[in-house]
Amino acid sequence: MNYCNIKNGQTIPFNTIPVMEYPLFRKQIIQLLENKDCHCLNYFGYPQKGNQLQLICCIGNDTTSEIYVFSFLHDLNAHSILDSITREHFGMHIFEREISEKFGIEFADHPWNKPVRYPFDRFDKSSNFKNYPFYHIESTELHEVGVGPIHAGIIEPGHFRFICNGEKVLHLEIHQGYQHRGIESLFLQKKSLLERTILAESIAGDSVAANTTAFSMLMESMGNIPISKQSSLIRTIAIELERAAIHTGDLSALCTDIAYQEGSAVLQGLRTILINTFLIWNGNRFARRLIRVGANPFPINEQIKNAILKNLEKFEFQFNEMSNYMFNDPGVLARFEDTGVVTNEQAQKMQLVGMAARTCGIPRDIRKTHPYEAFKDIKHTPICLETGDVFARAMLRRLEVTQSLQYIRTLLKENEQEEISRRNEIKLQANVFSIAITEGWRGEHCHCAITDQNGELSAYKIKDPSLHNWMGLALAVRNNDISDFPVCNKSFDLSYCGYDL
Amino acid sequence: MFDILKIIKHQGKQYIPDPTKFVLPEQHAGKPIINIKECKNNCSLCKEICPVNAITLLPISLNMGSCVFCSECENICPVQKIKFTSDYKIASNNSDCLIIQEGTEQEIKFDASFIRKEIKRCFGKSLKLRLVSAGSCNGCELELNAAGNVNFDMGRYGIEFLASPRHCDGVVVTGPIVENSIDALKSTFEAIPQPKIVILAGSCAISGGILNGSKAINREFLKSHKPDLLIPGCPPHPLTFINGILHLIK
Repeated sequence: MNYCNIKNGQTIPFNTIPVMEYPLFRKQIIQLLENKDCHCLNYFGYPQKGNQLQLICCIGNDTTSEIYVFSFLHDLNAHSILDSITREHFGMHIFEREISEKFGIEFADHPWNKPVRYPFDRFDKSSNFKNYPFYHIESTELHEVGVGPIHAGIIEPGHFRFICNGEKVLHLEIHQGYQHRGIESLFLQKKSLLERTILAESIAGDSVAANTTAFSMLMESMGNIPISKQSSLIRTIAIELERAAIHTGDLSALCTDIAYQEGSAVLQGLRTILINTFLIWNGNRFARRLIRVGANPFPINEQIKNAILKNLEKFEFQFNEMSNYMFNDPGVLARFEDTGVVTNEQAQKMQLVGMAARTCGIPRDIRKTHPYEAFKDIKHTPICLETGDVFARAMLRRLEVTQSLQYIRTLLKENEQEEISRRNEIKLQANVFSIAITEGWRGEHCHCAITDQNGELSAYKIKDPSLHNWMGLALAVRNNDISDFPVCNKSFDLSYCGYDL
Repeated sequence: MFDILKIIKHQGKQYIPDPTKFVLPEQHAGKPIINIKECKNNCSLCKEICPVNAITLLPISLNMGSCVFCSECENICPVQKIKFTSDYKIASNNSDCLIIQEGTEQEIKFDASFIRKEIKRCFGKSLKLRLVSAGSCNGCELELNAAGNVNFDMGRYGIEFLASPRHCDGVVVTGPIVENSIDALKSTFEAIPQPKIVILAGSCAISGGILNGSKAINREFLKSHKPDLLIPGCPPHPLTFINGILHLIK
């Protein structure tokens, strides 16, 4: 096999990435993915001179913490058709669709080659929302239900098309792109470090800490900037606090969806305690302002440390009390158990990541498999459940909240007071490639960047865990009542803007 | 039964008794104020660092409609001219009122001549809203959700988000309004019965914010629809949202 073997957060000269012929490239991806511990972290196109496109594939190995990077140079002028990898490994479907939509490459024998998000710079401008090729079943017994893009509630837009037999869902197709902001292009368009940092904070407003940490890791690695142990601690605490907060909010929303008023109200109030912890620390309820490249603008002093600990104590007592009660309520269990099941086999096949994978018995967790920041020192054990239903996804949240609180406490003990530090500029190395992955509450956030000969960014690629996991939701609702769709959807709580970019 | 009563007792009183008088912790980055200290010779650090071009020089002013409240201008200024306070009452109905000038520390004003007279009459006691997220990052949605939760409880004023636009009195837009969401926004707005209002929440909606310059954005909708209320913030704090609306309808 021919690949570059790197670790999370490592930078390599761009020309060390092997370039191979497509048949070999394809074979290598297929062979690597045969190993169940491997999954595709990112696979994207990087335009080169002379209408050439370099397809770069990054495969992560969960047991050895290695990332295999290799590539293939495609001549767009030749209009040749490439053999699809999706037939062999379904999880690759989304990456090939993304490449196909953006650059017009045709993948032969792709079973589901549909538009992903209608980016402004898509190859075929005539392809639009009005002519999306929905899947149809010819039958007089079945009916279709279309929902969205605008939904009932305060939520982002996306379209869901159900094919139902009576109340039962046979098939769900999820059609997105309404939130497309062109954020990857903006990373190249906007030149200052602060502009890019704020952009990273805005990739997904519920995963600010996870995305900004991934961005900072990339920039620091590409700019050779050492960061202090304290900054590392702070980022880890922020990601774990974000996890606990959003998980709690999601548990509340799950209760709302099954009309369980007590859980909904109490957990809502509890989430406020956690996000207000951010407020007294960095002045924003969602970890904005907190994480900066090569700097530590909000070090934790004694006063903040005590305030965080006090909030955690108050939160944990009430959270345990409420969740113990909730998970013993037969009414709640009846709605959660055996609803929206994703099997281990399906999850493996679709390469689900993050908490959705961990509820199907796949211990995929970047904190353990490709440790970053303070997780290099913590021996993290992913929590894993087997049933793959709404119950598992709710229970996993409950367990992960407790685990995150423990980590925050441990990390706070190691925290030492540090001076405030800031940095406004950064000089990146020329002609390098770098990759950084963090485990947000949803799953892995993978950022890749490439610089040109002047050390300017020439590509920035973001992958949100939702890119893998939306298909998990589509599979989960099959053979469920359509009325259970809201609770299934909320149990995944996937990102629209992270997917649409 | 007793267990749940115990839980409810431990919860205590969750709601903020008066959302118009609540004091946020001093760390909250709210309304900036600019004092009249003299700038260093030819210094333009604040303007250069600003990621959203919210600052103009001579004299210094800061446009909250673009501001993402990162407060880096406060940090970089050698003479501490700019300071972000915890004041959360920063909404207005006139974009000019969102521009902070040197030496003014008054409240953010509402332009009475801009408020259509039917607004107070029709919506003073009840305002039902429909949210359209047009390219937002979900940050604003989280805060708008929170505005109706047990803590902020804007439902007490008759302000509520509803599912169907046909039952609503106005639309709240978040995000910079991207090309891909324009049809959804237009049809939602058209489905709302007259009279109706447009509220822009968050710096992306007001000015494009950090996403300004993206080719995926199309802000034409705002040419034909004048917003009735602008709520700055990235994202706006629930109290900013509630107070802004109260100011408009009461």
